[in-house]
Amino acid sequence: MTLQSPTPMSSDGAALKPGFADPVFDAQAVFRAALVAIAYPGRAIPLDRTFAAPRPLSSATAALCLTLMDFETPAWLDRQTASGEASAWLRFHCGLPLIDDTSTARFAVGTDALNLPHLLEFHPGEIEYPDRSTTLVIQVKSFTDGPVTTWTGPGIKGSATIAIDGLPFWFWSDWDLNSELYPRGVDVIFTCGNALMGLPRTIKVEA
Amino acid sequence: MSPTAALVHKDDGYNFAYLDEQTKRMIRRSLLKALSIPGYQVPFGGREMPLAYGWGTGGIQVTASVIGPDDVLKVIDQGADDTTNAVSIRRFFQTVCDVAVTESTAEATVVQTRHRVPETPLKEGQVLVYQVPQPEPLKKIEPRETETRKMHAYAEYGAMQVTLYEDVAHFGRIAKTYDYPAVINGRHLMSPSPIPKFDNPKMEMNPAIQLFGAGREKRIYAVPPYTSVRSLDFDDHPFEVQTWKGSCALCGSTTSYLDEVITDDRGSRMFVCSDTDFCNTRQAEAAAAKAAVDKVSGEEA
Repeated sequence: MTLQSPTPMSSDGAALKPGFADPVFDAQAVFRAALVAIAYPGRAIPLDRTFAAPRPLSSATAALCLTLMDFETPAWLDRQTASGEASAWLRFHCGLPLIDDTSTARFAVGTDALNLPHLLEFHPGEIEYPDRSTTLVIQVKSFTDGPVTTWTGPGIKGSATIAIDGLPFWFWSDWDLNSELYPRGVDVIFTCGNALMGLPRTIKVEA
Repeated sequence: MSPTAALVHKDDGYNFAYLDEQTKRMIRRSLLKALSIPGYQVPFGGREMPLAYGWGTGGIQVTASVIGPDDVLKVIDQGADDTTNAVSIRRFFQTVCDVAVTESTAEATVVQTRHRVPETPLKEGQVLVYQVPQPEPLKKIEPRETETRKMHAYAEYGAMQVTLYEDVAHFGRIAKTYDYPAVINGRHLMSPSPIPKFDNPKMEMNPAIQLFGAGREKRIYAVPPYTSVRSLDFDDHPFEVQTWKGSCALCGSTTSYLDEVITDDRGSRMFVCSDTDFCNTRQAEAAAAKAAVDKVSGEEA
């Protein structure tokens, strides 16, 4: 006899999708992809496994959240993410404290990139502790079909040409302002389908 | 279902790679921020490890958070694969994650090192983990972290330059030979850990990912691939690396870092490569080439 129901329920009674099938090795594989993505910005790093993600998260976004977030990382979700089954899923599997305030968030998850708040509304870190800034996880439509941008900086040999689709028109001018805060500033990991692309604060982008 | 779900490791009394998952997540977050701010020391919640501080607890925690079942691990101590520290750390990871190990720099995906950068050039995707005793390059100038943190925040590195100038005034040259301070990505002053200054140029524009872990001081920092690493110097006293008059007594290399080895109690000495894998590979290649030549000349005769 079991007292607990076999599948965890969200507050409205719907069954939650599972987290990692293998929390140790799945998290390690996804972290390695994220490490490579941040170390070599501008490269689409595919994950070697797929996950059943709750709406509206893609497989890569969901996996990244499970890998990096927990009770220590207050996170902000955009309206589209918060309205789906994702918010209950994140709260259950990561023990994630969800907050409404962008300026204190350690992580921010955006699936509706066009309606993101401006980058300066997120936590830029402190001048003596620039590592405390927000890491944004932004789910985009494509890494190749958008307006062409040229990236340079640490981790890129020479320069890289990236064409991310589905970003708001102000994104790259905001990114310039973010660069001026260096060593403070937010970092971004873009996700698309089952792949990651890193954009740390050191990268200069010409739109 | 994950393809690795059936994996087991030798000592299943511990989680894979010893650390618990929450600790790994915390270290992983620190590693990503460290790569985002090259050379900046990210504080992290360093755990007690089953070996004493000073034996690589920082490097081990970084390696444990990065390593997976498909990795091939190499551990070196002053360039050698067969010294105490290297052997015990390699055995630790074989025990707690049953990972493949190698002595070959080219075959390794993760290299944990104490105080050397391998002579064999690293490739993209390889991870080099340094063990760091003292992450703060300004510590001997300013012992208070409240002050050094401000110095890093505002890039106030004049005091370090003055320290090097005092060497020039006393000795006519910069006397620092290891743990030689470098500016990363044109912004943060960083201790490269006590590697010989011979290895500083290898850090610059390296295709591999370089991670640094200091266990006692609880700091993690990183040099991303293809990043500028400028060793501090003066226009009229440019940065120079060590050179040797002779070559390695075993493999004849003139380009590697040489250790002086005392061979008896009458003052005899020899110089040999500090990187044992590099030296052994070169000796094997030379022996193979000689055997091939002998074979050809034997057939001719």
